[in-house]
Amino acid sequence: MAQSLAKEFTKGLWAEIPPFRLVLGLCPTLAVTKSVENGIGMGLATTFVLVFSNLLISLLRNVIPTKVRIACYIVIIATFVTIVELVMQAFTYPLFLKLGIFIPLIVVNCIVLGRAEAFASKNNPVLAVADGLGIGIGFTLSLASLGAVREILGAGTITIWGGNPVFDITTWYQPFTYMVEAPGAFAALGLMLAGMNLISKK
Amino acid sequence: MEYFELAIGSIFINNILLAQFLGMCPFVGTSKKMETAVGMSMAVVFVMVMAGMITWSVDMFLLKALNVEYLRTLSFILVIASLVQFVEMFLKKSIPGLYAGLGIFLPLITTNCAVMGACLLNISNEFVFTKALMSSFSYAVGFGLALVLFAGVRERVNLGRVPKPLQDTSIGLITAGIIALTFTSFRGMV
Repeated sequence: MAQSLAKEFTKGLWAEIPPFRLVLGLCPTLAVTKSVENGIGMGLATTFVLVFSNLLISLLRNVIPTKVRIACYIVIIATFVTIVELVMQAFTYPLFLKLGIFIPLIVVNCIVLGRAEAFASKNNPVLAVADGLGIGIGFTLSLASLGAVREILGAGTITIWGGNPVFDITTWYQPFTYMVEAPGAFAALGLMLAGMNLISKK
Repeated sequence: MEYFELAIGSIFINNILLAQFLGMCPFVGTSKKMETAVGMSMAVVFVMVMAGMITWSVDMFLLKALNVEYLRTLSFILVIASLVQFVEMFLKKSIPGLYAGLGIFLPLITTNCAVMGACLLNISNEFVFTKALMSSFSYAVGFGLALVLFAGVRERVNLGRVPKPLQDTSIGLITAGIIALTFTSFRGMV
């Protein structure tokens, strides 16, 4: 039990890390990773939704009729998304404004629905929570690293939660604004994916 | 004129796929073949316009009237999901030709964030009804344009010799980056 629990948790961190291995949830990945801060915020919001929707769906897996399961999952997910939306609006308003419509759009993030359908509906609640947590943290790490690449190359600095940049190379580096613009997002993700393929080939 | 500017802006400058990053999953998933790209684009035009009209009305006459705007996410996704289901049943019964053409893309649209995103953008921009309709339609046309262009380029790219780690999704994303770059040159237009 403990072993499979650890397995379900860690597979989200490398073997099935979204969005690299599981090519799902690309919209928030590309759109909000202009900076590390946005990436982490989005990742944590998605993690919260993933964990709780997985838990609830797993608890109800014998109650929900198979025919209307997708509709049921969507209602459950939408409920948790609304909670996140209201909480973020109340406590992290600047981040809420930056992420904009991508917070309500967690509802249609295929990762969440994908985990509900592929995992939570077939496994017990403890495993489902481990799976949600693993995939969620993996997603947060991916977003943060993509955000870091784009912010360093595109702006030359890393700023987290206001204040002074924690990392600054602008003294000798000319920022390449292409990277923080829309086209750079595609190129950065494509190249990171290629890099990951290269590492795991060995 | 205002409407023309809105249309140009939504199709080219704020292209829903390449500038706003909505609907990326079908963009990557259905662009390997031209046929599937065309099918997906048609389904999106159809559903996005209908969803735009219905969600706008729901927001105006139900959510705002009853002062329950916090239910927006929940109600929009329900409206879109049931709309897709309804459209599917209707087409199957009355226009089987179109239904066969759209095939599996119709059910997939429920989780296409471009549809929900366009509806939410209409609300957050506080458009009046006709403007919301125009913007939904233009976003859908922009979606189709970008998807078909991308599918065409991708078909050609796959004929070439791509290095192993770059194959498939990876080279696809880099190609999309270059297409997105060409779209940024429309920015000065409006």
